[in-house]
Amino acid sequence: MTTTDPAPHHDAAPSLTDEGAQELSSADVRASARRLLEQGAVLRVSEADVAAAAEASRLESERTGIPVDETMIINMGPQHPSTHGVLRLMLELRGETVLRCKPIIGYLHTGMEWMGEELTYLQGPTNVTRMDYASPLFNELAFSMAVEALLEVEVPERAVWIRMLMTEMNRISSHLLFMATNGMDIGAVSMMLYGWREREEVLRFFEKVTGLRMNHNYIRPGGVAADLPAGWRDDILHLFDLIPPRLDEYDVLLTGQPIFRERLQGVGPITTEECLALGVTGPLLRSTGYAWDLRRDDPYLAYDEVDFDVIVGTHGDCFDRYAIRLAEIRESIAIVRQILDRMPSGDYRVQDKKVTPPPRGRIDESMEALIHHFKIFTEGFKVPEGEVYVAVESPRGELGCYLVSDGSSHPYRMHIRAPSFVNLQALPHMMHEGLMADGVAIISSVDPIMGEVDR
Amino acid sequence: MSEVEPVDELSVEATPEPETDHGALVSWSRGQKVLHPSRDAYVALVSALHDEGYHVCTDLTVVDFLTYDAPRSLPEGIDPERFEVVVGVHAHATRSRLRIRVQVPADDAVMPTLFEIHHGSEAMEREAYDMFGIVFDGHPDLTRILMPEDWVGHPLRKDESSGRIPVQFKEAPTAR
Repeated sequence: MTTTDPAPHHDAAPSLTDEGAQELSSADVRASARRLLEQGAVLRVSEADVAAAAEASRLESERTGIPVDETMIINMGPQHPSTHGVLRLMLELRGETVLRCKPIIGYLHTGMEWMGEELTYLQGPTNVTRMDYASPLFNELAFSMAVEALLEVEVPERAVWIRMLMTEMNRISSHLLFMATNGMDIGAVSMMLYGWREREEVLRFFEKVTGLRMNHNYIRPGGVAADLPAGWRDDILHLFDLIPPRLDEYDVLLTGQPIFRERLQGVGPITTEECLALGVTGPLLRSTGYAWDLRRDDPYLAYDEVDFDVIVGTHGDCFDRYAIRLAEIRESIAIVRQILDRMPSGDYRVQDKKVTPPPRGRIDESMEALIHHFKIFTEGFKVPEGEVYVAVESPRGELGCYLVSDGSSHPYRMHIRAPSFVNLQALPHMMHEGLMADGVAIISSVDPIMGEVDR
Repeated sequence: MSEVEPVDELSVEATPEPETDHGALVSWSRGQKVLHPSRDAYVALVSALHDEGYHVCTDLTVVDFLTYDAPRSLPEGIDPERFEVVVGVHAHATRSRLRIRVQVPADDAVMPTLFEIHHGSEAMEREAYDMFGIVFDGHPDLTRILMPEDWVGHPLRKDESSGRIPVQFKEAPTAR
């Protein structure tokens, strides 16, 4: 290909939106990265330093009789109800204005990556499903897809579509949870009840399919744990009679409500370039008007065969992030309706004897099947050596799984690229020069799940 | 290391020159492109890739190969070391991903930071330091992120005794 374009790397790029290419030149991202640095929104001190500085300024003001410093450092969390678990913030305030902030994490660290090295590939999903507990199926999906990439097995078509169905339903339940917590953080306490109520209906469907409301261990390397139960189609149609009118109620309760809009509009703005420099993905990135969704831009499963829109905002503020998630629920419903029409028949897991245990019926009549079953569940199956990174679009952004195999039945290294972990880095920049009270709205709009932040 | 060159006539004919990209050796893992720069060339490589549109650093992690028994998947000319820093970069415009794997020796576990190029690597490098003890030279705040500030050791190292220390729920007399 010959080109005289001054920026040849943009030449081959397909346009991201109807309005032409929105790719950024390197200089834009670099400049805004430098701006972030100069702005100095991130507080980089240890607790010991804070204590020492406070003591020094106390002595100084005692000596001179006048306060030395106009700023103060206060602590928020980890037990604060608006921090969605155990997020702790060290905030530097001038009056009520947040100057700098440092998210302190690790309160929920349980060594899950280490645990992933101890468990077999078959047991792996039980571990990763507990990371992002609001959207557990996405963790299982990323892990299973990474294992399958190492094994180089092809999953049957029905399993692919069941995975799509279940993860889209999970996206709905996760965003419904966001509606509940976001409403409550802003002070619309009744939203807490409504959001959980609708989410519970989706979880009831999950319970019917997977046996559990959360931590399903349903998507496994090679397919899914079980076929969809009888009547699953009616259950979903019933849900879709129920949820859309409730979403319209949310519009009345929240979207159009002046107090709610005042609390969110223009609060915690962030730009596309800042998001890219910080590695931020998901609704945060899309709220800046940058259409980036791995389902469309790096299609996995069968997302290239369904029709859906990537929802973007314009201002990159808390309201856009709320509106995007509400619209994504509707978009997921539209995707699931297409899946209902196109769900293929066939096997729900790959019939590869190395990976798949024999069917239950065979175990009663065949000694070999019993041994095979026993071997798979005690030793696990072996995965050829190699390393692979697989990413999916979780409700929070890019959820990746990096696996290294040494040819045994345990991963040599299992690393999860958690979207919340990376997205939290945007928090100081969004809170910079904002009011303390807006901080709660901003934390809420990031929608961090501390289980996957700390792992 | 070995003096005897293994002669593989087929591969010699097919690829007389090893594949390189920006001066770094290239290997392919399950269809994914992996670059293997040296530690000195690492920052320059990431910077050059950034200029080419790899604006997003998606992931940064470490693998400790201390107890790895299988042969390492490295191109010829790269000496295996105990640690490997694995960085994922993503070009949105061309929708392409690259993985960069850098060998880091155990007795000199220092890496230059990517912070100046990718601000998003700050937390990931802190995690890599916390879990593996890799020191990122030039990092603005290289402190522990997941473990407590006063923790001793790096839990994801293969020779760390994680999980073998019995948990004491109340103070018990110990030899230490």
